[in-house]
Amino acid sequence: MYKLVLATRYLLKRRITYFAVLAVALCVFIVVVVMTVMAGLVGDFKQKNHDFTGDCVVASESLVGFPYYEDYVKKLEASKVVEAVSEVIRSYGLLSPQGKDVTRGVEIMGLDPARHSRATGFGNTLHHRRNDILKAFVPSYDPNLPGCVLGIDLALERDSNGRYAYDSSPSRIGFPISCFPLTARGALAGAGTALANTKTFYYSDHSHSGLARVDDSIIYLPFAEAQALCGMGGETKRINAIHIKFKPDVKLTTGCEEARRLWSICKSEKANESQAYLLDTVTVQDWKLYRRELIAAMEKEQMIMGVMFGFVGIVTVFIVLVVFYMLISHKSKDIGVLRSIGVSGFDIIELFAGFALMVGLAGSCLGVLGGWQFLLRINSIERWLFQHFGFQVWDRTMFAIGDIPSEISPRVLTVIVLLAIAACLIGALVPSWQAARLKPVETLQVNQL
Amino acid sequence: MSNNDVILKAERLDKSYRMGATRVDVLRGLDLTVKRGEFVAIIGASGSGKSTLLHILGALDKPDKGAVSFEGRILGRQSGRELNRFRNKMVGFVFQFYHLLDELSVLENVFLPAMASKSVLGWLGCRRRAKRRAMELLVQLGLGERVKHKPYQLSGGERQRVAIARALMNEPKLLLADEPTGNLDSATGNGILDVFDKLNKAGQTIVMVTHDDRIAQRAGRIITLADGKIRS
Repeated sequence: MYKLVLATRYLLKRRITYFAVLAVALCVFIVVVVMTVMAGLVGDFKQKNHDFTGDCVVASESLVGFPYYEDYVKKLEASKVVEAVSEVIRSYGLLSPQGKDVTRGVEIMGLDPARHSRATGFGNTLHHRRNDILKAFVPSYDPNLPGCVLGIDLALERDSNGRYAYDSSPSRIGFPISCFPLTARGALAGAGTALANTKTFYYSDHSHSGLARVDDSIIYLPFAEAQALCGMGGETKRINAIHIKFKPDVKLTTGCEEARRLWSICKSEKANESQAYLLDTVTVQDWKLYRRELIAAMEKEQMIMGVMFGFVGIVTVFIVLVVFYMLISHKSKDIGVLRSIGVSGFDIIELFAGFALMVGLAGSCLGVLGGWQFLLRINSIERWLFQHFGFQVWDRTMFAIGDIPSEISPRVLTVIVLLAIAACLIGALVPSWQAARLKPVETLQVNQL
Repeated sequence: MSNNDVILKAERLDKSYRMGATRVDVLRGLDLTVKRGEFVAIIGASGSGKSTLLHILGALDKPDKGAVSFEGRILGRQSGRELNRFRNKMVGFVFQFYHLLDELSVLENVFLPAMASKSVLGWLGCRRRAKRRAMELLVQLGLGERVKHKPYQLSGGERQRVAIARALMNEPKLLLADEPTGNLDSATGNGILDVFDKLNKAGQTIVMVTHDDRIAQRAGRIITLADGKIRS
């Protein structure tokens, strides 16, 4: 009991302990804010990639694509683990918006909007046709025209706050798209003036996936139109990818294994077909693997942040060690008195460990409270800074980031608090051990006072 | 003198310290016997080993050679836990500089030894009794009005009386006082000695260390320490 009483009094009465509490609070505050923002960014980025991709992608690395997919799609749709399947054409083309003397390269994605919305989050990225996905490629101003969905950054401008200048309905703008069809062997299918297939599509909607590279470079076309444009129609039809969504209770690994198994069966069934060699370029990957080059970079950044804040933790340990060392030097007389009334060395360690625990708890609570309050206001603070000083954490005209993530994860918070307490205990360990080893006779000597 | 009369016995105690390259022999084959209910004053020049002897008698330090026995039990043969219990229950220390804990009130300082020997639950069970005992001691020592004060709000004499109350909290069989009046003026020091007198008359065994002959005269027996031994 005396340990609790004394530890509380040391915490409340000794000004030097305020510095230890403040140091812990400051470290916890910084870590909570940075890790919350970072975890929010990474989590959000992963979720957006997952929404864009679906659970699993069966894709060819070659622009030529792969044939004989129809049977595989039927098998997938009949499988117990698969919820939805969407065949996709992916290629590159040249876009020359009407009324502008600009030609730029774009990525073409040909898809069936209804099927693709079931397999991915495509439907939720639409603006005008979100509630009428079947008409995604039907321009509202003339339903007879072939429509296209533009990545939002191809269609709209953003202001400095990252807000888009949304239109109430799509404007009638034609987008001539030229594509260079390839044969199954990868050679250009056309020659001379027929080298490129060109067709004009009309702006029917825009898609906002929240992924900068997607929103800035992809133009979505109706599946059959894109297949024809890329020269993948004809007798043996080809596609570039199949996006799959698994049923809710199916684990990602289980679903992918099943997709791979079915693919192996189809591949062996088509082994004697004339374009069977194209099937060798196909891989079956889960969404994380398929988007690894983007996700891995973010995860690496998060890990580096974690390591950097590990160093912050070491600084905390050092600060607590110094404060405890100073405190115990001042309290050697108390230790001598306690030993003289029968307190053991282990009790002394427990006393200072309890004190360290209190410092850790108090500092963590203050840091968490401060971090939480700061995160609640982080976006208003950023807006205020931008309005008065032109400062932004991320330039919204460049980065596809809306608000700064500020949702505190209880798991992250628990880990940070536990680590802060552990840092305090580690910092107090050596001084406490030294205190326990102090000889009462030496601490109670007149010349020690 | 029967064995039952002897509360404390030191036999052939040797103790030396290193001071740089030289070894200082503080105690050299010291023998001492204290009877139950005695008030013994140990006097000697500064550096003669008085405090060292007191610390060894109270199990705060260990002799290099020799043995101390308390009520027939040799302290050197006891475990750390038993020695902690011995310091908590059997001995009360009074120091020259009082050594009160500044963070605790007068009352808390006094019942600290009782609290130190109990677990949280044990303390919850006996705290009222302990506080009552601490209050009684403080009232007896004329500090009934000072219980909520902090040590730094008291005079030197008052602090020493608080230290005496703390030493008596667990009703120890032996009170060890190291220059208890050394930091006090003559009148206040006499007040403290009056307290010791009263305690001794009530049966308390006291061993007091001092360098002052006049103060030692207040004890029932005076022992002079010189060259690491008791001078007969």
